[in-house]
Amino acid sequence: MLRLKAGIAALAVAATMASAAWAQGTLRIGMTAADIPLTTGQTDQGGEGMRFMGYTVYDSLIEWDLTSADKPSVLIPGLATEWSVDAEDKTKWIFKLREGVTFHDGAPFTAADVVWNLDKILVESSEQYDPRQAAQGKSRIPAVASYKAIDDYTLEIVTKEPDATLPYQMTWILMSSKANWEAMDKDWEKVAGSPSGTGPWKLETFVPRERAEMVPFADYWDETRIPKLDKMVLIPLPEPNARSAALLSGQVDWIEAPAPDTIPAMEGNGFVISSNAYPHNWTWHLSRLEGSPWNDIRVRKAANLAIDREGMMPLLGGLMVPAKGFLPPSSQWFGNPTFEVKYDLDAAKALMEEAGFGPDNHLKVKALISPSGSGQMLPLPMNEYVQQSLAEIWIDVEFMVVEWNQMINLWRAGAADPSVDGAMSINFTYFIQDPFTGLIRHLDENLIAPNGTNWGHYSDPEMQELFKQIKTTFDPEAQDEVLRKTHEKYVDDALFLMVTHDVAPRAMAPKVKGFVQAQNWYQNFSSITIEE
Amino acid sequence: MLSYFFRRLLLVLPVAFGVSVICFMLVQIAPGDPLTAIMPVDATAEEQAAMRAAYGLDKPLPVQYAIWIGNLAQGDMGKSIATGRPVAQEVFGAVQNSLLLAVSAAVIAFPIGIFLGFLAGYFRDTLLDRAVTALSITGVSVPNYWLGIVLVIIFSVNLGWLPSMGAGPGGSQSWEWDWLHMRHLILPAVTLAVVPIGIVARTVRALAGDILTMDFVQALYAKGMSRGDVLRHVARNAASTALSVMGLQLGYLLGGSILIETVFNWPGSGFLLSNAIFQRDLPLLQGTILILALFFVAMNLIVDVAQAAIDPRIKRS
Repeated sequence: MLRLKAGIAALAVAATMASAAWAQGTLRIGMTAADIPLTTGQTDQGGEGMRFMGYTVYDSLIEWDLTSADKPSVLIPGLATEWSVDAEDKTKWIFKLREGVTFHDGAPFTAADVVWNLDKILVESSEQYDPRQAAQGKSRIPAVASYKAIDDYTLEIVTKEPDATLPYQMTWILMSSKANWEAMDKDWEKVAGSPSGTGPWKLETFVPRERAEMVPFADYWDETRIPKLDKMVLIPLPEPNARSAALLSGQVDWIEAPAPDTIPAMEGNGFVISSNAYPHNWTWHLSRLEGSPWNDIRVRKAANLAIDREGMMPLLGGLMVPAKGFLPPSSQWFGNPTFEVKYDLDAAKALMEEAGFGPDNHLKVKALISPSGSGQMLPLPMNEYVQQSLAEIWIDVEFMVVEWNQMINLWRAGAADPSVDGAMSINFTYFIQDPFTGLIRHLDENLIAPNGTNWGHYSDPEMQELFKQIKTTFDPEAQDEVLRKTHEKYVDDALFLMVTHDVAPRAMAPKVKGFVQAQNWYQNFSSITIEE
Repeated sequence: MLSYFFRRLLLVLPVAFGVSVICFMLVQIAPGDPLTAIMPVDATAEEQAAMRAAYGLDKPLPVQYAIWIGNLAQGDMGKSIATGRPVAQEVFGAVQNSLLLAVSAAVIAFPIGIFLGFLAGYFRDTLLDRAVTALSITGVSVPNYWLGIVLVIIFSVNLGWLPSMGAGPGGSQSWEWDWLHMRHLILPAVTLAVVPIGIVARTVRALAGDILTMDFVQALYAKGMSRGDVLRHVARNAASTALSVMGLQLGYLLGGSILIETVFNWPGSGFLLSNAIFQRDLPLLQGTILILALFFVAMNLIVDVAQAAIDPRIKRS
């Protein structure tokens, strides 16, 4: 009996030690990704990869302002302190680089490092060329034609044609250390286990598919972004229930994207749900091929007016921003569209009748949807909601349900491809943070699928002219104005079925303090503290 | 005995070849594209084509198979498209973790299943038999991922006794046989054990029940043998079939724990397989399926040989 008691006491002590093993100041995050994002520089795993392994361990020349929850993020100086286009030659850009920046391995950061990093993803013949990083980074900087270091802290980039979106493109390119790569026998596999960037966090340990541990970089160049935590641990937890259980049982302090139905239980147990508008879109792209019913603006407007977006909110536990346009209403590029995206069933029916449809003449359309996927929120019930809403105005939607990986292929293939089997719309979700991802890529006639992601084969000279202006307007304020005009046309022409925007919900233990959720896909973890 | 073993070993070769063809073809049939995992959706058609060529995915399927099997023969399972890491490193690390879980579940399930089965078989058609049968049917019928979620809610979320996920502090690479790590094993192992408990119990019950009615058992009693000695004979007669069922169950435990490993975020082969499926990571998918299938083949071989060792009638046949 005594032995049994001693055994139980030992187990109790061990259990106590298990929870005490995490010192104060350690933040453990359950990610939705199934693996630790690529650690060598250019990350994989989409926006989550950049959020947790990109802007933590690395910096780019130009970054996003992540300090405010109240206004949309704008570009700010990162490793470049200033940048400008040549007054005479609009393809030539000069970047002034920040002095006194060092990599985690102690090597200084110079313009030669930028050239080396660009070669890493663009020049296949270069010694440091890394196909995995190239796969992630090359398509992000389509404008770049050439580049060279003028001196240690001045860099010149020449674009293929005048392109005022270059600063946005450069936010994607992260700087890894050449010295560290050399120290790791010029082997990116070895670098993956011990990477070196200039970012505020240093990767300390890394177990593929299981965990990555980061510690603050005390010599980080921006004192306001030196992390206050002792450590940040990233744990891939792709299954939503496992993520929720891990948080509720105290194994992690923070989870990304809690399942909406678990949120009341979490809030009831004192957990904090953080969310904010950010540039995410949940929409239906419409086929504009000859014969598509979506070519009729009356049908497009009617469909947009038939959806009670506020009514959809309970499905998602209130965690959505009802669409007022293609971009979120808080976007700096929203503008003042004249077509109001709202629920008005009578107006929708009137438009449908005007277009020749009615109770005895239903419009039949086929829509591509996926049962799950990146940023898809709750695609099945949400799409069924849309289907029921459209049925109210005599649009009968037949779903073609495909798995997410295949959905991406059909998205790339475009509306004219036989693989979409005559589908006239596709429900897709994505990042709309910059002019290219937010607007240009969806409707540029040069990017008609399969050349790009203009899925519906849309082509309009007026829109094309606006895209040209975006690329040739180098004054940021004037460029914002063009972007607003472009978005106004998106909405006024009802070019998409605009439904909702995600709000990036994340649940965290009450001891997690100091987090400011920026209106951005990326976040700043440096301000966070743990209060026991 | 040795010639029997080598004959069985020779038969494994065509089976392994068949397995390699089937698992290569299976992963090709599924729609989807492995490049989706490694390229942004905006990658141009040329960039995609270049990447497809770099990974050899533009070659005809027979050529891709020949390259894969050729490399495999030299011990090279290729690299994961999604992670760039060697497939062998990924698969063997995960299989090791799954083996840990599967063996733990087997250690729980087999003794309990055998004990309950014997009990039910010996006391056939009694209340005890019916109770064990009901328990076995429940074990086999309850979806184990659901049971896993329920156990997590009870023991992790509500009681806070056991962790709900992972392979311990520091991850599976720093696994040690101490309480800090073993506590991570308890819930998934118990959940995984429920189905084999039911199957083994039902198998042993049927075997024990049948053998107990055989003439030789009456003869043994008639010779004045004690109940314990008779049961030993019964157990030996039942062992061969029970062993074969348990061997197959161990194979299922290793390869069939995708849902359990997902629910408990256990870094095993099931978890690896499910991620590889979603990412269409063909080399990883092929490698994992192949290794698991070969494990199954190896288990069958071991069981066959063990059966022959236990029961000379099998060897003679």
